[in-house]
Amino acid sequence: MSEAPTPAKKTNRIGLDVAPYRGSKTTLCAGCGHNAISERIIDAFFEMGVDPKHVVKFSGIGCSSKSPAYFLNPSHGFNSVHGRMPSVATGAMLANKNMLSIGVSGDGDTGAIGIGQFVHLMRRNLPLIYIIEDNGCYGLTKGQFSPTADLGSKAKNGVVNDLPPIDTCALAIQLGASFVARSFSGDKKQLLSVLKAAISHRGTSMIDVISPCVTFNDHEGSTKSYSYVKDHDEPLGEVSFVPYFEDISVDYEPGSTTAVKLHDGSQLYLRKIAPDYNPSDKVAAMRLLHETSRRNEFATGVIYIEPDKDDFIDLLNLVDQPLASLTVDQVRPPKAALDAIMESLR
Amino acid sequence: MSVTLPATETERSAQRAPVINDFSIQVATVNGSGSQTANLVLLRSIFQMGIPVSGKNLFPSNIAGLPTWYTIRANRRGYISRKKEIDFLVAMNPETAKEDVLSLEPGRAVVYDAPLNLQALRSDLVFYPVPFDKIVAEVCSEAKLRRLVKNMIYDGVLSHLLGIELGEMEKALAKQMGKKPKAMELNVGALEGGRKYAAEHLVKQDPYRVERMNQTTGQVLVEGNAAAAMGCMFAGVTVVAWYPITPSSSLPETLIGYMRQYRMDKETGKATFAIVQAEDEIAALGMVVGASWAGARAMTSTSGPGISLMSEFAGLSYYAEVPAVVFDIQRVGPSTGLPTRTAQSDLLFAAINSHGDTKHVLLLPASVTECYEMSMEAFDLAERLQTIIYVMSDLDLGMNTWMAEPFKYPEKPLDRGKVLDEAKLKELGTWGRYKDVDGDGIPWRTLPGTGMPAFFTRGSGHNEMAQYTERPDDYLKNLDRLARKFETAKTLVPAPIVQDVPGTKIGIIAFGSSHWAVEESRDQLREEANIQTSYLRVRAYPFTPDVHDFIRRYDRVYVVEQNRDGQMLSLLKMDGDPKFATRLRSVLHYNGLPIDARSVTDGLLEQERQT
Repeated sequence: MSEAPTPAKKTNRIGLDVAPYRGSKTTLCAGCGHNAISERIIDAFFEMGVDPKHVVKFSGIGCSSKSPAYFLNPSHGFNSVHGRMPSVATGAMLANKNMLSIGVSGDGDTGAIGIGQFVHLMRRNLPLIYIIEDNGCYGLTKGQFSPTADLGSKAKNGVVNDLPPIDTCALAIQLGASFVARSFSGDKKQLLSVLKAAISHRGTSMIDVISPCVTFNDHEGSTKSYSYVKDHDEPLGEVSFVPYFEDISVDYEPGSTTAVKLHDGSQLYLRKIAPDYNPSDKVAAMRLLHETSRRNEFATGVIYIEPDKDDFIDLLNLVDQPLASLTVDQVRPPKAALDAIMESLR
Repeated sequence: MSVTLPATETERSAQRAPVINDFSIQVATVNGSGSQTANLVLLRSIFQMGIPVSGKNLFPSNIAGLPTWYTIRANRRGYISRKKEIDFLVAMNPETAKEDVLSLEPGRAVVYDAPLNLQALRSDLVFYPVPFDKIVAEVCSEAKLRRLVKNMIYDGVLSHLLGIELGEMEKALAKQMGKKPKAMELNVGALEGGRKYAAEHLVKQDPYRVERMNQTTGQVLVEGNAAAAMGCMFAGVTVVAWYPITPSSSLPETLIGYMRQYRMDKETGKATFAIVQAEDEIAALGMVVGASWAGARAMTSTSGPGISLMSEFAGLSYYAEVPAVVFDIQRVGPSTGLPTRTAQSDLLFAAINSHGDTKHVLLLPASVTECYEMSMEAFDLAERLQTIIYVMSDLDLGMNTWMAEPFKYPEKPLDRGKVLDEAKLKELGTWGRYKDVDGDGIPWRTLPGTGMPAFFTRGSGHNEMAQYTERPDDYLKNLDRLARKFETAKTLVPAPIVQDVPGTKIGIIAFGSSHWAVEESRDQLREEANIQTSYLRVRAYPFTPDVHDFIRRYDRVYVVEQNRDGQMLSLLKMDGDPKFATRLRSVLHYNGLPIDARSVTDGLLEQERQT
């Protein structure tokens, strides 16, 4: 053989290169923060070596909700109904609890039309990575305010938003989500670590990703603009993640780092800025969110985590096999059962 | 000889000829007073005596305090629809007693709580005053328990007056009470107390009596919602999502009981099902759609207001082609309407539920047996057709107690529809999610986690390969294929039941719980007015060709239904040949009570007279 050697493609631990983690070509605006998030999702699933055929993708309606088409092409995906993705994802996970599920929503899809389902998703702690691509506006319908829009911000048509924003992280913590993080679409390193940790977590991972809308909400005065977030991002510290299959030592100084062991044995390392911040303390997490928002800043990183909480599927005590794959013998009781019921009705 | 006597004849004969096994009893009580046990014992003991019987609970939207009526009909010919006239009133509720008595036809009988002094109201009725408080004090020494057993006294009184065997009442009581010896003893005491009082103080003056028959041997008594729950379990349902609403709640709640008993490992508690009480009906259908999409057999149950909320997901199910089974236990609308009254008024709404071009398969059970069987068919159809299937029951069918032959164990295997596997993929070569490779409009789908090729499901425009498109030709092609799929549905849904009577020019079309009143009305028309009728009972939408053939065969076709605007008639007009639309006429019943035969007969005769 005399063929010229081709450079070996980088493969992950299940022997796949990055290609099957990619999706279709994006139809979002050039520079949209959502595209950067899709890129990080691709990286995270590739680096974690998750088989795309074991992933299901969900979304509601809006710019954000188009994005599951832009990553993990070999995974089944469901672009559902505005604000109702949580229920569809819940049903699918009930049917096949062995899948790894990721849902992408937006700030309108979550905070307005979908707030009811969001609330109950968090309460149930369904195993699902729930990403809010948060740009503070409705892009697809041309820039109307969403419930995370800044108080006092002005739309292009001159309308002023006079209602306070909903803090989806604070809400998620209060409602029972077991992994709550906030990040910024432009922060490659942090977002990647957060996503990888979310893949290792079992339970609802709620990640609010501030993602500037280049068309309608990247102007001066918007707290969701690139420049504002760059200036006002207050990282909780450096987020590092070591998957269970990588045994590397971490050179953080003891005392400045919190290590959290996740469901699958992976380690999440949070280097602290505030020395007394404990991400497993709900009260501390709520205080942090309130204090930073009072200063018009965003705390980013993993804000709250409860790695061992029972998820919704655990509570239902289902048989080991996915419900979707049960055969007729497993789901149709014998004739004796019908006879017994009939006898009780005579 | 005719055994169903017209009202006037009954009046005249009241004092002389006995009326055996052909009357209605109405018990008027206060909601929450615990009368349900006494009423079911009454119903069941007549049933145990072999006499065809039906029970209808007319209850308020309230927990306690408002009036409630329970009507029992015994009929030797097997008529089990509501009887319009009340023959025997048990007046326990001071609030309604006067009005209840004034609304009776002459010659009828009234058992009443003595202090109400009802005999002063009319002279053309038979009155039986009973001092309930006095009797209950004698049979129950504990004052706080008296309220619970007081109602059993009227059962004892009726046992004597109507000739219902006390032994059968005790047997029925034991069935209700289960293993509660103290409660059993107290109630038997009350029964006996009532019987004894009646025997010693009341002189039988009314003509109504029961006599043992053999018409119920081997049969069961069951509510439609319980029957549907059984159907769901034996259909192998794996995911149930629901939100409480009257008159639907008893379906999922009964199902929970069955599933915990028969689908859960006794030792580990591990379940082959997930039942979730959702946050609302939108989420309930969302969960069903998600679960079905991932391969589960999933269902929800609701009533009209829930169907309204589910409309958007219904359209998604139709267009993205995801199976779903939805029970609509219909009640009166619009809006909250009368939550505890029955109707067939969601028909049109369900048939085209959602925005855009949608049409859905409806199954129309008329009996508890069909509630059971059509539940199973609904899952097969949903997966075969990859779409939402509505099972259109109603409050009368769902919540009232009906006689039935014991249900048959399903012999057919489950039809899981066109789900792609390795072998099929090889056969097809290339696969497209929305490609009609078989010509029946039904594409092949893949399930996540099975290793089969993935696709992206969306409610927005998509081509055969499930890719996003806004091309007019792609959209058109897809909608036309969906219409073709609906044609395929006609070959799969339950066919109508047709009874052609030679020589007549009159046909009747009905569906669902109206069936029983129509059956009886056809006898009335024949026996009282010498009018023969043919009858077609629709069991599904889309209509099979037999439905329109039937209309073509008759000059006048009366469509009997329980709504104001003739919704079935409208569907028939929309769907059928306009030439024959003028043959259709409506007989409607929509006051919230279950339809009765007399109303059908009167409604039809009035229009016949004008012909």
